[in-house]
Amino acid sequence: MSGSLALIEALKKQNVKIIFGIPGGAILPIYDALYDERDIRHILMRHEQCAAHAADGYARVKGEPGICMATSGPGATNLVTGIATAYMDSSPLIAITGQVPTSFIGKDSFQEVDIIGITTPITKYNYQIRNVKDIPRIIREAFYIASTGRPGPVLIDVPKDIQTDIDDVDFNSEIKIRGYKPNIDPHPLQIKKAVDLIINAERPIILAGGGVHWSRAYDELLKLAELLMAPVVTTFMGKGAMPENHPLCLGCIGMHGRVEANESIMMADVILAVGVRFSDRTTCKVSDFCVNAKIIHIDIDPSEIRKNIPAYLPIVADAKKALKSIIDEIIYRGLKKEKSEWFKKIEMIKKEYSDNEIKEELTGINAVKLLRKVLPEDSIVTTEVGQNQMWASLYFKVLKPRTFISSGGLGTMGFGFPAALGAKVAKPEVPVVDIAGDGSFLMTEQDLATSIVENIPVVVMILNNSSLGMVVQWQRLFYNRRYSNTLLKGVPDFVKLAEAYGAKGVRVNSLNELEQALKEAINSDVTYVIDVPISSEEDVLPFVPPGKNLREIILKR
Amino acid sequence: MKEYILVAIVEHKPGVLYKVSNMFRRRNFNIESIAVGPSEIKDLARMTITVKGDELTIEQIIKQLQKLIDVIKVSKLDPNKSVIRELALIKVNTPDSKAKSDVINYANIFRSRIVDVSEDSLTIEITGSSDKINAFIELMRIYGIKELARTGAVAMSRNFKSFKIEE
Repeated sequence: MSGSLALIEALKKQNVKIIFGIPGGAILPIYDALYDERDIRHILMRHEQCAAHAADGYARVKGEPGICMATSGPGATNLVTGIATAYMDSSPLIAITGQVPTSFIGKDSFQEVDIIGITTPITKYNYQIRNVKDIPRIIREAFYIASTGRPGPVLIDVPKDIQTDIDDVDFNSEIKIRGYKPNIDPHPLQIKKAVDLIINAERPIILAGGGVHWSRAYDELLKLAELLMAPVVTTFMGKGAMPENHPLCLGCIGMHGRVEANESIMMADVILAVGVRFSDRTTCKVSDFCVNAKIIHIDIDPSEIRKNIPAYLPIVADAKKALKSIIDEIIYRGLKKEKSEWFKKIEMIKKEYSDNEIKEELTGINAVKLLRKVLPEDSIVTTEVGQNQMWASLYFKVLKPRTFISSGGLGTMGFGFPAALGAKVAKPEVPVVDIAGDGSFLMTEQDLATSIVENIPVVVMILNNSSLGMVVQWQRLFYNRRYSNTLLKGVPDFVKLAEAYGAKGVRVNSLNELEQALKEAINSDVTYVIDVPISSEEDVLPFVPPGKNLREIILKR
Repeated sequence: MKEYILVAIVEHKPGVLYKVSNMFRRRNFNIESIAVGPSEIKDLARMTITVKGDELTIEQIIKQLQKLIDVIKVSKLDPNKSVIRELALIKVNTPDSKAKSDVINYANIFRSRIVDVSEDSLTIEITGSSDKINAFIELMRIYGIKELARTGAVAMSRNFKSFKIEE
């Protein structure tokens, strides 16, 4: 069997149904093998970066690896932003790249790039295949590494001669990874100590991160919160780990966290942090972050413990298993918390900062709130990066798990639209909406072609302030309104742009028109671009300025 | 900042040294020295890494090393319970017989060996702790060092049980 066929066969054994990619010289044999393949759908993208983001979006919705493919050299380097995005948000992306033939490696051959060297710091692991015989094992290992423990991207580089070489391959070969044994089960003693701490806490709080999504610890999180009557706040990556309309859920903390969330965590005496890495955008000034609270830190990645903040009690384990053990221990001890003073205080704070009503004006905030009103609960929302993303974080209440997809760690502009395509492929039965900004959308809009040709209808709601809004906001606040290179001056006409690709485009001038457009768009069988003109003067507030702590929050301009 | 010696058992295959050294660079950790060679098991290599830092940094270095999939095992050696050795080759300027005999004398005191002699230089092989080698090098600077090569420390715990890899 040829290397190419072995690769496809091995992918099928991993249940791969979808590949996002673009062919090129050094990956021709694999694409030739794909030509006859009926069980795998290859979605031809218009830029490799979008292939990576789409596969990432697919992975985040499905909770299993998404696959992207590109040729050597520029094809491979174009994947890099997407791989780094997946790495920062612990998403199980599998990237397969063509490479020049083995004998050409190191000779600066045409379209040769050292993609192994380039992606080493942004992958969980990477492989360059040297023998056809190794292909089944490497593919199995790659999927195992990408999807277990703390998930992350794996790259497989396939030299062209390996794609065409013929050899006997054994698809049942054992995998053997000596240096990789994720610790799944929590230490029982640590669980007992954790229960002692939270049961005796006066003001306990749960901080849920992206790890809750990846381990699907939703039921456990909800059950534990209700058992303890403890409020739940999330990191940005944890958003939606608990339904955000639940009375105990206070939303995201962080630089653009909800005030009630930031306030509450800073008052807590015990923090049960699960699947979080305490990023700088979450903690803000880290030396002021909950200094008097005892932090129980649950994470499957031991290197996260004490990396950014001191943990009073570390638990290295899978989030779901750890939470389940804590619940079992609480139930075993027969403890159940009633509504405490703390709970009443939380209720009060929550009421004080409640801002669900939608005002008349066509603003970014109102558009996002309106979107929630219009969208069915199980719809998927992706975001770009910048103001659009932070408005979504603050005002779009996520009600179902895995329905909010956004580039948190790397903050990749241009992520939302291709990720929406990936999400739609993963879950064709629900509407998918990209909350976009004009700046971000222009970075990957060429894949409107993909959405039309491949029939992947999504909705792009562009909050169009004709500027790089978040940068403008920082320039307004910290650089004396010196808008250096941030005003995009409105080009292009997004309606015409959409139409040029065969998509539908509409510009709205009021919230009423937006509501109409959204209703039409989510029922449309073709991609819809909705241009929502807003003011570039609108800020994302509240805002914790850089270097300040979670309480030093700006509420109003 | 204290100096620590870490021993990492890693897969003996291409690219692993790059992955390890790249991790140090990208996370802003400094390597004082690194020595790599085969271990007692055929397809595993042994790295002895000397690093400086506070306790928290060292803890992070160990965890980040362990996180690398090609790294099988990492341990921090206790200097009091370990054998730590470094080898250096030093080519010293010895233009006259006085200098030669002086250097030979010092070499004997430091229990090192003369491995090459030429008209105007002596090459000395010295093994020992880094401190001992540093002291000897300082002494040799008086005469002028023409060339210097050091291996970096290799180390092993004295405790028999402490570092056995299962095959």
